[in-house]
Amino acid sequence: MPIVRLTMLVGGTATLGALPVAFVLAWVLARWRFPGKVFLDGLVHLPLVVPPVVTGWMLLLAFAPAGPVGGVLERWFGVSVLFRWTGAAIAAGVMALPLMVRAMRLSIESVDRRLEQAARTLGASRWRAYATITLPLAAPGVAAAVVLGLARAIGEFGATITFVSNVPGETQTLPLAIYAALQRPGGEAEVWRLAAVSVALSLVALIVSEALVRRAGRGVHVL
Amino acid sequence: MPGGAFMSFDVDVRARRGDVGVGGRFVAGDGLTVLVGPSGVGKTSLLDMIAGLLRPAGGHVRVGGRTLFDGATNLPPEQRRAGYVFQDARLFPHRRVQANLLYGAPDASRLAEVAETLDIVHLLRRWPRTLSGGEARRVAIGRALLSDPAFLLLDEPLSSLDPARREEAMRAIERVRDTRAVPILMVTHDLREAERLGDRVIAVG
Repeated sequence: MPIVRLTMLVGGTATLGALPVAFVLAWVLARWRFPGKVFLDGLVHLPLVVPPVVTGWMLLLAFAPAGPVGGVLERWFGVSVLFRWTGAAIAAGVMALPLMVRAMRLSIESVDRRLEQAARTLGASRWRAYATITLPLAAPGVAAAVVLGLARAIGEFGATITFVSNVPGETQTLPLAIYAALQRPGGEAEVWRLAAVSVALSLVALIVSEALVRRAGRGVHVL
Repeated sequence: MPGGAFMSFDVDVRARRGDVGVGGRFVAGDGLTVLVGPSGVGKTSLLDMIAGLLRPAGGHVRVGGRTLFDGATNLPPEQRRAGYVFQDARLFPHRRVQANLLYGAPDASRLAEVAETLDIVHLLRRWPRTLSGGEARRVAIGRALLSDPAFLLLDEPLSSLDPARREEAMRAIERVRDTRAVPILMVTHDLREAERLGDRVIAVG
């Protein structure tokens, strides 16, 4: 089904793109102390509390040809994300980011730093201690963040439709297709079908996340 | 070998932890040195400063003639080669006992011998969360020994063990003391323990 493929492409790209950004933000918020931390924390969580339509409108301002980001993209790379699936992925990524940061931040904070100290006294550099102790112990949280982010991304509606509109085959993901079918007289059968697919996708995501968390959590009794 | 030219431990450090100042000053030769003092005088902070986990406000740390900390030098923990046995064992929960033991080891060649000495051979395939307190303590001692340490730091290695486990752990420490050529610094609040194990006892606090 092309809509499912497009939805997974948009959601997957959004999640994978947001993952490194979310991880760095989660790490900084969990481990660093600096002036303005409250401000950064607030900024990251903004898409969670602001109406999605406002987030979409802000993205539109930023990515429009005259906007700060859109102008650069157009001049340097000759590309625009408006009305494109890439734009839909950006909207979904921004909306998924706060949830991913939250999940990962909690799991990083729950790693006992005294274990890192123990690793250091055993000859591990700071980076080896992170890679072999902190990261594996935080892995269940990272896995949970990915699934949460994906679920949020494939369900994204408000910011997407405001930012990149509802273009069949390009930005029309499942929720947007359901909305379009609802507007159409006699579109009910279509709505039923798409809604069923949505529910099925979400269920699969949940089951996969459960399995991932269990696998990563083997031998770990924190979760 | 530096031999008698240097004292094994030459420590003079101070730091602030919360509202209280902690620190200490002592020199000690080879063998097992015990620092005795009541709980809460900062014995653990002292070990943390020697291991490089807590930065002193001033002073110096020299072990076997090597400067680990002074006004100009502050080696990171991984370069100090402290075999640090923490009071709370701090085994890595996501690694089995054997992987814990080998975490800091240059190779696995001494695994069997150390596991034998500490009587933990039967635990190698187990997860840390399944170990008793005494078992975890012995694994932690083994992990420190296998990391090829230049010196050992033992923080209350016998606390919260029942009498039988305590005796086991004490024998293990005696074996390490008598078979290894590394200086050992042990912290305890129990004077009898100190007198049985220590080549010398220093009061702190």
